[in-house]
Amino acid sequence: MQPNVKELITRERFIDLFEKNRRFLAAHDTTALAGIREKAFDSFSNLGFPDTSMETWRLTDLEESFNRGYDYHLRPMEEVDFQKVFRCNIPHLDTAVIGQLNGWYVSKDVPLMELGNGIIMGSLAEARKKYPQLIEKYYGTMADDTADGFTALNTAFSQDGVFIYVPDNVKSPKPVQLINVIHHEENLFLQPRNLIVVGANAKLSLVHCDDSYNHQASFSNIVTEIHVGENGVMDHYKLQNLNNNSTLISSVFFRMEASASLDSHYISLNGGLLRNNIRVLFNGPHGNANIYGIYLMDRKQHVDNQVFIDHAHPGCTSNETFKGILDENSRAIFNGHVMVRRDATKTDARQSNKNILLTDTARVNSKPFLEIYNDDVKCSHGSTTGQLDQESMFYLRQRGIGEETARMLLMFAFADEIVTKIAIPQLRQRIEDMVKKRLQGELQICEQCVLHCSTPEHPMDFQIDMAKI
Amino acid sequence: MLLQIKNLHAGINGKEILRGVNLEVNAGEVHAIMGPNGTGKSTLASVIAGREVFDVTAGEILYNGKDLQKLSIEDRAREGIFLGFQYPVEIPGVSITNFMRTAVNEVRKFKGLDPLPGGDFLRLMEEKKRLVEITSNLTNRSVNEGFSGGEKKKNEIFQMAMLEPLLAILDETDSGLDIDALRIVANGVNKLRRPDNAFVVITHYQRLLDYIIPDFVHVLFEGKIVKSGGKELALELEEKGYDWIKKEQA
Repeated sequence: MQPNVKELITRERFIDLFEKNRRFLAAHDTTALAGIREKAFDSFSNLGFPDTSMETWRLTDLEESFNRGYDYHLRPMEEVDFQKVFRCNIPHLDTAVIGQLNGWYVSKDVPLMELGNGIIMGSLAEARKKYPQLIEKYYGTMADDTADGFTALNTAFSQDGVFIYVPDNVKSPKPVQLINVIHHEENLFLQPRNLIVVGANAKLSLVHCDDSYNHQASFSNIVTEIHVGENGVMDHYKLQNLNNNSTLISSVFFRMEASASLDSHYISLNGGLLRNNIRVLFNGPHGNANIYGIYLMDRKQHVDNQVFIDHAHPGCTSNETFKGILDENSRAIFNGHVMVRRDATKTDARQSNKNILLTDTARVNSKPFLEIYNDDVKCSHGSTTGQLDQESMFYLRQRGIGEETARMLLMFAFADEIVTKIAIPQLRQRIEDMVKKRLQGELQICEQCVLHCSTPEHPMDFQIDMAKI
Repeated sequence: MLLQIKNLHAGINGKEILRGVNLEVNAGEVHAIMGPNGTGKSTLASVIAGREVFDVTAGEILYNGKDLQKLSIEDRAREGIFLGFQYPVEIPGVSITNFMRTAVNEVRKFKGLDPLPGGDFLRLMEEKKRLVEITSNLTNRSVNEGFSGGEKKKNEIFQMAMLEPLLAILDETDSGLDIDALRIVANGVNKLRRPDNAFVVITHYQRLLDYIIPDFVHVLFEGKIVKSGGKELALELEEKGYDWIKKEQA
């Protein structure tokens, strides 16, 4: 069935839509926010959507995704039951759960929670009304609307999403789990916008999940801005488990103040086309950022990780480690760009990308890249792509372990270098389970959230017990 | 007869390395295979274990009367063939405990047995660790990762003890060992000797054979077993080197 022309993702459609709904979109904007929106719209009008003629999009062709046709809604479509989203929680993990359904914040009791310790979390739309000054201070200051049409489009249409504010000197007592669920009966285009502020000396753990509950096609253009104040600590997880008809463009912009520390994990388990734009700006000296990624792809799945780390100040360290296992006709792209600016002495930057190809038809394009304008730095980069190690296979099989199980053990061990970096034990256990299931081809996008597949009450049947005993 | 090798020819990438090996091993025996470098000792071990990079071009290997060529690497192992590696492979991310638990249970499954319950498995590990005097927390570490040469070889004997093979081939297990580690490894082997199992010990030096007393010693030279004898042959080789063998063959 050919999609209606009005449903195609084109520059014209969104320009037209913006112009017709300009007043509605900006209804709650302060003057400053309205200005950001208009500027972003101008940017988008000029840039349009990226295509393969652009260097950073050369290997990711969106044409097929664009041509599927999608509904786009300027208002939440339905009243939703929080439990519908909430069911995706991680068992025995004591988190504060906040949810989004189809890009709209879903309220458990109130749209914006204000906790005793000063933490605010909830709907960004609500926060714009209630805390306009706070929002103005941070919103739109990290995302770069001039470089990328998707980010500009998100800003131009930005309405709702999640807002989390951790004031100075406050350490969030529990991890926050932000669950973004896509569940709709028609193809859907969605553009959530999130703003996370971690104050000076503050601390936040955020688990950000993208899940789909059915097999309907979707196209997500998510922009998340994260500010980590001086000496602040952010532990961030992005867990992607979407159906094979989904396209996800996720852009996360981190701004790190002096001595701020970040661990950010990208765990891509499933999805039709996944693109992670990860940008880290060191906005003061002595910051530290570790960016970890693991992707497990098969069929015709496509994953594209673009990491840009801007060492704009001296004495910062960054470490990127991305690993992937690619089966069948899947494809992965890694593009790591470290920029060391002229004044950034004593920069320490490392990049590594390792891939295992299980078939002749799986493909990887890996490009670690260092751009250095200072002599007094330590930088390294490396990339390897190969098959499973035959020596190791022989060794395992010689001990009586069957070929399939041996492959599984080696693949899991390969992935484990990244999984083991997960600092929350319950989450690490869940991800280990999911990686095992994924490698066995058992991880399904099911009606029940996949995170429920393994609990102590319903142990998962997995023949290799990897539990440390 | 446990192992019977008849006129075995094998090679790699079209290059012939084994040129008609004949060998018979009975249960309860210890055989030593000696010989200069590059004469095919490790190739022989690999071919018995089923390593796929080697091609068998002629001859046969019978194990308990079964044609080994028809069995996969893992099925040979499950039938009781163990290869102690000259260079044990490092496998980051796989702990020894998980590795052994998987191996032991896959072998049990092959034999129609239920998996070993966790507690029993742990007790077995502790018992076998003592056998090779592993006192450290070695077993929680990744397989061979960052191990010293001695630790790697002890770990091979430990795995052998866990799997209780019928035919154990130890490929230069003594190389790179100091005298204490050598004694521990040899003791481990001696404690595992039973009337129903056999050992083929491949070594370059006579030294190991002071600790593991062989019933038979064979000299492998240019892809063939050119001389066989009792343990005194090893002493003769130690004394005279391999040159006289080479001269005899010339």
